[in-house]
Amino acid sequence: MADNSDVNRQICGKFGNDKGRLMDILLSVQAESGCIASGALDDIAKSLSISRVEVESVATFYAFFSREQRGRFVIRLCNDIIDQIKGMDRIAAAIRAELGIDFGETTADGLFSLEYTPCIGMCDQAPALLINYKVVTRVSTDMVHEIVQTLRESKNVEQLKLTLGDGNNSHPLVRSMVVNNLREPGAVVFAPTTPGVALQRALSEQPVELIKIVKASRLRGRGGAGFPAGMKWEFTRAAVGERKFVVCNADEGEPGTFKDRVILTEAAGLMFEGMTIAGYAIGASEGIVYLRGEYAYLLQFLEEILSKRRAAGLLGRDILGKSGFKFDIRIQLGAGAYVCGEETALLSSCEGKAGDPKTRPPFPAQKGYLGMPTVINNVETFCAVARIIENGPGWFTSMGTQGSAGTKVFSVSGDCSSPGVYELPFGITVSDLLARVGATDTQAVQVGGAAGRMIGPAEFGRKLCYDDLATGGSVMVFGQQRDVLAIAHAFMAFFVEESCGYCTPCRVGTSLMFERLGRFLAGNADLADIDYLEKTGKSVKTASRCGLGQTAANPVLSTIQNFRKEYERRVKTNGSVFLSSFDPRRAVAVASGLAGRASEHFGTQKGGV
Amino acid sequence: MGGNVSFTIDGKDVQGEQGQTILQAAALSGIYIPHLCAMKGLTPWGSCRVCTVLVNGRPQAACTMPISDGMVVENETAELKDLRSSLVEMLFVEGNHYCMFCEKSGYCELQAMGYRLGMLLPRHHYMFPDRKVDASHPDVLLDFNRCILCARCIRASVEMDGKHVFQFIQRGPHKRIGVNAESGVGGTNLSVHDKAAESCPVGCIIKKRVGFSVPVGQRKYDQKPIGSDIESRQTVTKNG
Repeated sequence: MADNSDVNRQICGKFGNDKGRLMDILLSVQAESGCIASGALDDIAKSLSISRVEVESVATFYAFFSREQRGRFVIRLCNDIIDQIKGMDRIAAAIRAELGIDFGETTADGLFSLEYTPCIGMCDQAPALLINYKVVTRVSTDMVHEIVQTLRESKNVEQLKLTLGDGNNSHPLVRSMVVNNLREPGAVVFAPTTPGVALQRALSEQPVELIKIVKASRLRGRGGAGFPAGMKWEFTRAAVGERKFVVCNADEGEPGTFKDRVILTEAAGLMFEGMTIAGYAIGASEGIVYLRGEYAYLLQFLEEILSKRRAAGLLGRDILGKSGFKFDIRIQLGAGAYVCGEETALLSSCEGKAGDPKTRPPFPAQKGYLGMPTVINNVETFCAVARIIENGPGWFTSMGTQGSAGTKVFSVSGDCSSPGVYELPFGITVSDLLARVGATDTQAVQVGGAAGRMIGPAEFGRKLCYDDLATGGSVMVFGQQRDVLAIAHAFMAFFVEESCGYCTPCRVGTSLMFERLGRFLAGNADLADIDYLEKTGKSVKTASRCGLGQTAANPVLSTIQNFRKEYERRVKTNGSVFLSSFDPRRAVAVASGLAGRASEHFGTQKGGV
Repeated sequence: MGGNVSFTIDGKDVQGEQGQTILQAAALSGIYIPHLCAMKGLTPWGSCRVCTVLVNGRPQAACTMPISDGMVVENETAELKDLRSSLVEMLFVEGNHYCMFCEKSGYCELQAMGYRLGMLLPRHHYMFPDRKVDASHPDVLLDFNRCILCARCIRASVEMDGKHVFQFIQRGPHKRIGVNAESGVGGTNLSVHDKAAESCPVGCIIKKRVGFSVPVGQRKYDQKPIGSDIESRQTVTKNG
């Protein structure tokens, strides 16, 4: 392998040899060299004056980094449950056949690597895949052939003939085939706005007044947890710190969620405006947008919006002529880690570390990014803030319910005729939403993504809001033909891989539950295994350190609660008091194979396992 | 010792100083809360979760949760004991633990915790992972079959030894302890005299040529169960 030491050093230099920018450095090294080789770890460690194993820690945490040489084109096929039911296996077979390699492998010519990746936020246009950062949606087997041919000949991902999507998806800096599927724009996020109007109004108020307005609007965090935004701002404003930060969580990795992608495409200016208002309100001059690596195709476009806002005096010094108020925003790109959607893991990642969540307390409002008071809100929350400042809290609370004011942007996918994005007032019932999206004969709805809960028709009268069924936006619809246990199993597989591994219950418990649930699908579960899953699930929920672990057992716990018959009908009823999951013939077959003769007890040799 | 924070653990009044964690304040009052990743002198970590208690009804890690006035802590409830057992059993099945052959036997905190919590057979299935042994250091052996990812070595190396020998690498079920050299721990500046080499609660970091020196029956946890040193502590404050 060529010695890239000079290149690696240059990359470090470009980021000021700042260890806090290790994510960016590794992204650049990976892009430049196709891997983060052993020598690169040493080069980076030296340039940043940190230890090699610290660099290795970050380089091995994120899915988009690789220690081994990867192909020039890394094809990542999305394997979330929606893609699975929309024909992922067919596409996988076609790519395998076309490239002559399996998943996890690289072609001999070094041109292609093939991998699976969890939800890339394209469930409404599945099956989908990434080729490096290029998104390909509604993939067909014919397209696979054409894509591979084009890449082999042109060796340029820009040569792919892909029909551009609607709205800003066809913007010169995006040029993506992604479509918005914005089915119902609502009054808050997707209403037409003029840049600067909300900010102008905000700057005419005292910062504490702004916090009062946000509190009066009863705005709650749109990422899923629903913490009151105004209270979070108040804590951060009151906290002591020489610097304060505003961070936007644009790392939507929850399976089935893609509403932030559409907001980033069509309303990013509003989001930046909300962040700037937050900066003024809490006394921060620096903002960070943490953009998931899967959405890197939007990076240049978002950077341009920031540049335009700087030019228009909406960012930078003396914003809109307000003497002394300065605020600017940088975009931190992620690299494939669901856990970074957890706010403290996100901060770790922004600091150039592995995405392990931080110990709480202290909370980010007290000690966040770089140990300084930090407000973290979701993309949609910042948009709502700008609109609330523009139109007043009364306007906002006139929509939604008492505990959940305003609108919510839902991402709907699965077995329905109109998957896509719906901005609707909080409090809409599940059945009303199902009617809007064209879902008939629905067996189950997964509300809130893998971390949410699966409900059956008996609960379709419930309301989507914080006081009843909370969701960060993901609504996945499953028809009668789907197997709810297979769906739960897919979610558990997701959590096993996406756990950061820091704490015992999440690291070990998710694997244990995944295996035990598999016994039901394989037809060798005991009735006692239901009890085991419930108890272990409760331990994982109770003892886990962060929100990921505390919700990781939900796929199993909610299906046991709402679809218990699906478990019971698969229990092996052989009348035996022995452990049904243990098959002595199969166990003995290994020894038989080694010994080269049949078992004395079981007679004819079955020929190994 | 004038404590300025008052709270209760299982109904007993406990005094502590502002800034202490529940685990620290409890230990000073002679109350043992089972724990593995916490170690005196190291930054609280909160990864093993064995010290999970209920604080005003909500689960929290006692090793990272600061005390505050009026806090109601539940420690020795049947549910928490079962939860702790389940977690300790997870640590057992996640690695390869053959206590009878392990040099750390009798000194191992995981083993001692299993005994203390009355563990007979793990309720979870064994994973039997394929893990490496790193024997590249002249004086120290790393047997990752036993590692429980408590990060005590990581912290001790940084905070006590002023080095950076260990760090987590990878994530999720693949997470493990990495060392600061491609060639293995022998390529690092770890010394057998480092605090990091002493910090391992299990038989992962083993000092070479000193094993099995104490006969079975006379080893540390053969004498008294883990936590009894704390429980035998005469507390300075009066219990209610």
